[in-house]
Amino acid sequence: MPPDPLSAIRLSCEVALAATALGLGPALGTGWLLARGRFRGKAALTAVVLAPLVLPPVVTGLLLLRLFGQTSPVGSLLGSAGLAIPFSLAGAVLAALVVGFPLYVLTIRSAFEAVDPRYEEVSLTLGVSPVRTWWRIPLPLAYPGIGAAVVLAFARALGEFGATAVIAGNMEGRTRTIALAVYSALDAPDGEAAIHTLLLASLGLSLVGLVLFEALSGWQRRRLDLDGG
Amino acid sequence: MGGELHVDVRVRDHSALLITSTAPAIGVVGPSGAGKSTLLRVLAGVERRAVGTVRALGETWLSATDHVPPWRRGVGWVPQDSVLFPHLNVWHNLSYSGRSSASDVTALAAELGLAALLERSPRNLSGGERQRVALGRALLSRPRLLLLDEPFAALDRVLRVRLANAVARLCRERALPVLLVSHDGSDFDGFEAERWTFEGGALSRE
Repeated sequence: MPPDPLSAIRLSCEVALAATALGLGPALGTGWLLARGRFRGKAALTAVVLAPLVLPPVVTGLLLLRLFGQTSPVGSLLGSAGLAIPFSLAGAVLAALVVGFPLYVLTIRSAFEAVDPRYEEVSLTLGVSPVRTWWRIPLPLAYPGIGAAVVLAFARALGEFGATAVIAGNMEGRTRTIALAVYSALDAPDGEAAIHTLLLASLGLSLVGLVLFEALSGWQRRRLDLDGG
Repeated sequence: MGGELHVDVRVRDHSALLITSTAPAIGVVGPSGAGKSTLLRVLAGVERRAVGTVRALGETWLSATDHVPPWRRGVGWVPQDSVLFPHLNVWHNLSYSGRSSASDVTALAAELGLAALLERSPRNLSGGERQRVALGRALLSRPRLLLLDEPFAALDRVLRVRLANAVARLCRERALPVLLVSHDGSDFDGFEAERWTFEGGALSRE
């Protein structure tokens, strides 16, 4: 039986959407800390955040399995709460989230770094507290860059393979995303048609993502170039 | 100055900044790079590298044990190149602090000749217009001390004198103490300011 390409495409989009949405808050917070924070252990935090970027995804998947597997304390706790991570859709979302997180954070960090800190300083002297200043100045000024980060994180999550295979498995209709479906179709005797559809979908989605990313990045540059004087 | 202004700080590589005065208006002149902008940043509370003592308006803003954050100082800081919020139009820049009523914003905008520009984006303003918006934005936050960094630099001679007189009058009307820094001492003319000079890295009274 060759894999069902439409099921894989739908599943990939769902997983990528969930991973991108769940990651936005933490990525915003971490990106801001890395862009503007002055604190001890910043280098260590950066290293931890970036680790999945340099680790082989299969190793990241294995680490996640150790951390969230049914025999681990965290895994058994989640399991008793009805949220089993291994070999589930939740596992696929977790894999996509963790592997894509460095790219997410780095892009958001750049978006914040591009904002002149003097805007925040002026806002503070006008009597506006740091939290309200954050909502009113760097956050809206970084919107296009944050949008670009969301698109990039989504596109990256769409193609996740190694970590997903280890922690979520490759189950038709449940965890078989595009990349895993392509891999399975290569082995299926009559998988050629499925591969064709999956390749086209993959290329199409990636291209749309990259075009959107470029458009949003350009908007960010134009937006911050306003007060040239 | 509503009490004594006393600044005695050191900012990393800069020489010490030392100034003590009770005048309602102070003008500091000196070449670029002397530390004029740093002095204003120290008073605004945004210069994190400052070490020493700052007292103003009868309060201690900086000492070995205290650091009053910028949002509690009540200073109106107008940085050198305006630093208008690029995503907000003139009206929203002026009213940003939320400390003045809409009618106050309208009245001051008219006084500064900005009434026709309220819907404009900062990108579509001239240098002089930007400086007036930055001034208005600071004044509308109801500051207790005004800090002006080269406030008239982007203007030609005629406009410079006119705006300087207008700002000096606004400060007198509000009994608002002001500290100006400039490379050009004639900027202080309308203010009857006590003059200080940066010389050889130190501040001295003229």
